[in-house]
Amino acid sequence: MQKRVTFDNRLLPYLLVTPQLIITIVFFIWPAGQALFQSLLREDAFGTSSEFVWFENFVRVIEDESYLNSFRVTAIFSISVTVLSLAIALVLAVMADRIVRGGTTYRTLLIWPYAVAPAVAGALWGFLFNPRIGVLAYGIESIGVNWNYFLNGDQAMLLVVFASAWSRIGYNFVFFLAGLQAIPRSLIEAAAIDGAGPARRFWTVIFPLLSPTGFFLMVVNIVFAFFETFGVIHAVTQGGPSKATEILVYKVWSDSFRGLDLGGSAAQSVILMAIVVGLTVVQFRYIERRVHY
Amino acid sequence: MVENRPFGTLLSHLVVLFGVLIVCFPVWITFVAATHDQAALLRPPIPLWPGSHFFENMETILFAGVRSSRSAPVAVMLLNSLVMAVGIAVGKIAISIIAAYAIVYFHFPLRMVFFWMIFITLMLPVEVRILPTFEVVSNLNLLNNYGGLIIPLIASATATFLFRQFFLSVPDELTEAARIDGAGPMRFFWDVLLPLSRNSIAALFVIQFIYGWNQYLWPLLITTEESYYTVVMGISRMLNVVDAAAEWNLVMATALLAMLPPVVVVIAMQRQFVRGLVETEK
Repeated sequence: MQKRVTFDNRLLPYLLVTPQLIITIVFFIWPAGQALFQSLLREDAFGTSSEFVWFENFVRVIEDESYLNSFRVTAIFSISVTVLSLAIALVLAVMADRIVRGGTTYRTLLIWPYAVAPAVAGALWGFLFNPRIGVLAYGIESIGVNWNYFLNGDQAMLLVVFASAWSRIGYNFVFFLAGLQAIPRSLIEAAAIDGAGPARRFWTVIFPLLSPTGFFLMVVNIVFAFFETFGVIHAVTQGGPSKATEILVYKVWSDSFRGLDLGGSAAQSVILMAIVVGLTVVQFRYIERRVHY
Repeated sequence: MVENRPFGTLLSHLVVLFGVLIVCFPVWITFVAATHDQAALLRPPIPLWPGSHFFENMETILFAGVRSSRSAPVAVMLLNSLVMAVGIAVGKIAISIIAAYAIVYFHFPLRMVFFWMIFITLMLPVEVRILPTFEVVSNLNLLNNYGGLIIPLIASATATFLFRQFFLSVPDELTEAARIDGAGPMRFFWDVLLPLSRNSIAALFVIQFIYGWNQYLWPLLITTEESYYTVVMGISRMLNVVDAAAEWNLVMATALLAMLPPVVVVIAMQRQFVRGLVETEK
């Protein structure tokens, strides 16, 4: 945690941590405290008086049908994004790992979507699937399916899942490829000598050894789908049609700035914080375990 | 390779190539859309091959903006994004490296308290404290200026951790040697630690530049004046009115410009980028 050899200075260390600390307190800890505090208050519509109501806001939020819907939507959305992007990235990484020459070229060709903002990814896919002029929408219509994601909730969900998963493939690919290359060749060769074919080698040797990477990526991707996909939703579907793609983060935003429901949105913020804390704990416990692996 | 299976290798190449095609397809269509005029895109099926209006479209969006959404010229938005991305990357690196230096190289009361306070920010992304943070920023008069776009985002637990981790791996002998030679703490920092941290700084810069460039919710919250819009949020404003006027060629040209800088940074600095990815996730 700390150096054996340190410097002696009374004032300097405080000066050095001050900038970071001020920003942390003003923009992180204070607002989070405010959210906690407001979640226990009820303010009238004009903000003139407030009343301490304990957990009434939470009860109201949890009993709200639209909040439960948002929870369901978030679950479906984040699981789909995670599974889809992990599966595609794993297949590509396993194939790229088999290729002796050109591996890095493929990495370059696959890595860059990470740099595309989720909102821009949403714009790209929204254009492809635009019911009037999109290329893919045209293809889908031509096989007889009525495609209009502005009206059909399932299709809107499919679209935001594609856009979000697309932007994660490169990231997952990098980690899977690194994980694959860290597996000792001797293990795979031993399995081959014992007569195991490529498929058998994959499921009995490679896949189990890759599972720590997979688990890590799963947590990171769920965090991404929960919190960083606001841009996709806001740019493409605005949570619609009829709340079919209203994920939790989008709902907090729209309740705060459109609904002006202070207590309710603060309660939602607190629930989200609890989710982040939970996910972070899972991530850290796993990292501790990885050391022993 | 364990066995020589020419067919298997060929299959691998084909699968990966297919993946690359899928990943690149949306961008190709975007590029094609940016090279046509409005009329060509409105006649289905839309073209799959570039047209001849690329430079014309670029000129329109860069200097005039997209009329139907009354947007600022995209050149202005690109500049705003650049200021924000560089500001966040440099600011984060600067304040985290000195904070990590204090925590690792000094022994002082409250050290662990400070460490945990910084650690907590990891669990408080903007998305979970939208409204109260907005109130703080508006009370500080930081709406609609670069300070508001940059300062609230430069506290970073990940960057502090990364530097802490790196400093812990620097041998104590270097510190001892510096002290014997009479170097004070700041001299040691500037002349020994900072040059040693070059690789970590480069890796972190790539990651944070992309983070800053791709910010969406934050500029959406705190900018209402078009002259402070960033390009990533500018696109969504165009999308939300586009169906009325359907200037898709210009919107897609803007999308192309919005992703170009971060993509170029990732590809040009790929080694630092991969290193940064792996290290910030530790």
